[in-house]
Amino acid sequence: MENKEVKKSFLSAQVDLSKFNAGNFEKATDDEKRQQDVMGESTTFLKDGLRRLRKNPLAMGSIVVLVAIILVILVAPHIVPYSYDEVITVNGQRDKTMTNLSFMCYSDKELAYMEETGEDLFPHIFGTDGLGRDYFIRVIYGTRVSLAVGIVAAIMVVLIGIVYGSVAGYFGGKVDLIMMRIVDIIYSLPDMLIIILMSVVLKEVLQGKLVGTVLDRLGTNMISMFIVFGLLYWVSMARLIRGQILTIKNNEYVLAAKCIGTSNRKILTSHILPNCLSVIIITTALQIPSAIFTESYLSFLGLGVSIPLSSLGSLANDARAGMQSYPARLVIPAVIICLIVLALNLLGDGLRDAFDTKLD
Amino acid sequence: MAKYITKRILLAIVSIWIITMITFFAMNAIPGGPFNKEKATDPAVIKQLEERYNLDKPLGEQYVIYIKNLLHGDWGVSLKTGRPIWSDMINKFGVSAKLGVRAAIIAIIVGIILGSCAALTRNRLPDRLIIFFTTLGTAMPSFVLATLLLLVFCLWLGWFQVFSSSDPNYTLPVIALSVYPMAYITRLTKTSMLDALNQDYIRTARAKGVSKLKVIFVHGLRNALIPVITYVGPMVAYILVGSMVVENIFTIGGLGSTFVTSISNRDYPTIMAVTIFLAILMVFANLLTDVVYKLVDPRIKLD
Repeated sequence: MENKEVKKSFLSAQVDLSKFNAGNFEKATDDEKRQQDVMGESTTFLKDGLRRLRKNPLAMGSIVVLVAIILVILVAPHIVPYSYDEVITVNGQRDKTMTNLSFMCYSDKELAYMEETGEDLFPHIFGTDGLGRDYFIRVIYGTRVSLAVGIVAAIMVVLIGIVYGSVAGYFGGKVDLIMMRIVDIIYSLPDMLIIILMSVVLKEVLQGKLVGTVLDRLGTNMISMFIVFGLLYWVSMARLIRGQILTIKNNEYVLAAKCIGTSNRKILTSHILPNCLSVIIITTALQIPSAIFTESYLSFLGLGVSIPLSSLGSLANDARAGMQSYPARLVIPAVIICLIVLALNLLGDGLRDAFDTKLD
Repeated sequence: MAKYITKRILLAIVSIWIITMITFFAMNAIPGGPFNKEKATDPAVIKQLEERYNLDKPLGEQYVIYIKNLLHGDWGVSLKTGRPIWSDMINKFGVSAKLGVRAAIIAIIVGIILGSCAALTRNRLPDRLIIFFTTLGTAMPSFVLATLLLLVFCLWLGWFQVFSSSDPNYTLPVIALSVYPMAYITRLTKTSMLDALNQDYIRTARAKGVSKLKVIFVHGLRNALIPVITYVGPMVAYILVGSMVVENIFTIGGLGSTFVTSISNRDYPTIMAVTIFLAILMVFANLLTDVVYKLVDPRIKLD
């Protein structure tokens, strides 16, 4: 019988074999098989987050700004020959015309001295303040103090928050209940008022007791700020960590670790906490600007770092008296505070978008 | 619900009690008594004075007496002026309240409007502009903003008179105080508005032919505003604390600047009284916020 070709219906879905020949049905070679196995390169959680972060122009811009600021405050004190508490002298003599200089200006005596000796004096980039101190270096040290306060406070908050939150979350039950009631109470205390109150009290109590120690330079106000940060500010961090741990501790791998007899401490530090890392990083990044805010606020009230050390807040406060004649002295620290806080906020937001996959 | 409210009220009372403890014992930790003068006073006189003001009693007993007086409305006497603190405090608080209430109202209204605009024009120019300026607003401490406003609008441009009590012009202080909460409310409203507009009931309302405006303002905004309520408590705290520097900068004689001057004058009874007074205000603002939040949104689980 002749294999008569049936005319194919227009709508038929049947495969038209006449279009193929034997060559199309050969077995795939090993090489070709391997091509099918190609998978995306495996990424870690960190790499994945960093990739997303790198795509965020605002966050990357903030990193650039922050790195630039940190470089300047690290390098500048080695280049500028003045110190933050030094009343500038010319050739060992006090110069009365040295005060309130404008940007990049020299005083008359300095000009005369340079002409006489041919030696180049370092310019006063931001001019000098009312006492004849180089303002640029004061701003540099002010930024150092403000940033350091922010970072130290954030680290303290994170450490206390992690320990407290993980213990409460991991052990649960009565321990959790009692620990969280304490958090509730601390949470409802007005933190700013207590910081101000403690600053006032510690200033009186600690006066004269710290002479000679490193803490003395920083001043009692900063110590009281750290104490209050340590006492009050960790509560929101502890709440966050506890919430995270409550969900993570019910995972199978935690159960598995328990079954093979891993100690509680080991489970917490190597199985549970690494999984809270994103929350910890984000909250820390957002904690630093809030500490800087608090510090500058206190310094502005006159409860900040002790003189002659400066912080951005105290510089702004000092500049207030002469703000009509020397507005730049107010504007410079103000702009730097805004820049740092803005960059840290944007970086924190960027980190949240990049690492917190649950928020979309 | 009743159980939750009782629990929150109890918590608030415990907080206030702890605050009075902290303030009282902290103030007593400061060396030197109120009768220490440069000139040596006769010990017998000091003893009599201490007996008169109960200072010879143990600290615990002194605390009980202080609380008893507080509950009877006796907040002590200012070391600086010698007048009772309570009447001064209430007068000054009136001025601060005028400033604070205006700042709060402006922050809420403008914040909600800007936030809704940003949500409705998502990823377009108005949204980007609003988000840019609110991000800037949250990065600027109130004292920076206040001094810059004073510098630019009072001293350089001369558009506003510097604040005086005879001719009070609250415009600049209110702006300085309201920018941060306003920026915060804007961002909060934007996120919750976007969230609300993606809900099923919005689609249902549109599908059955409700006009777009009505959907946005009745169905969307009403639900979007619930998270904004949670910010009212923190906002009250922010405004109370922020008013300390803002009042100081604009030389407004309110409670905030009184507090700051009492700190520099070491007027301990006043510091104590104002701290406790402000703390009570903040704790109650938080209490009210939490209770109202649960009342308006029954979906929220009561724990």
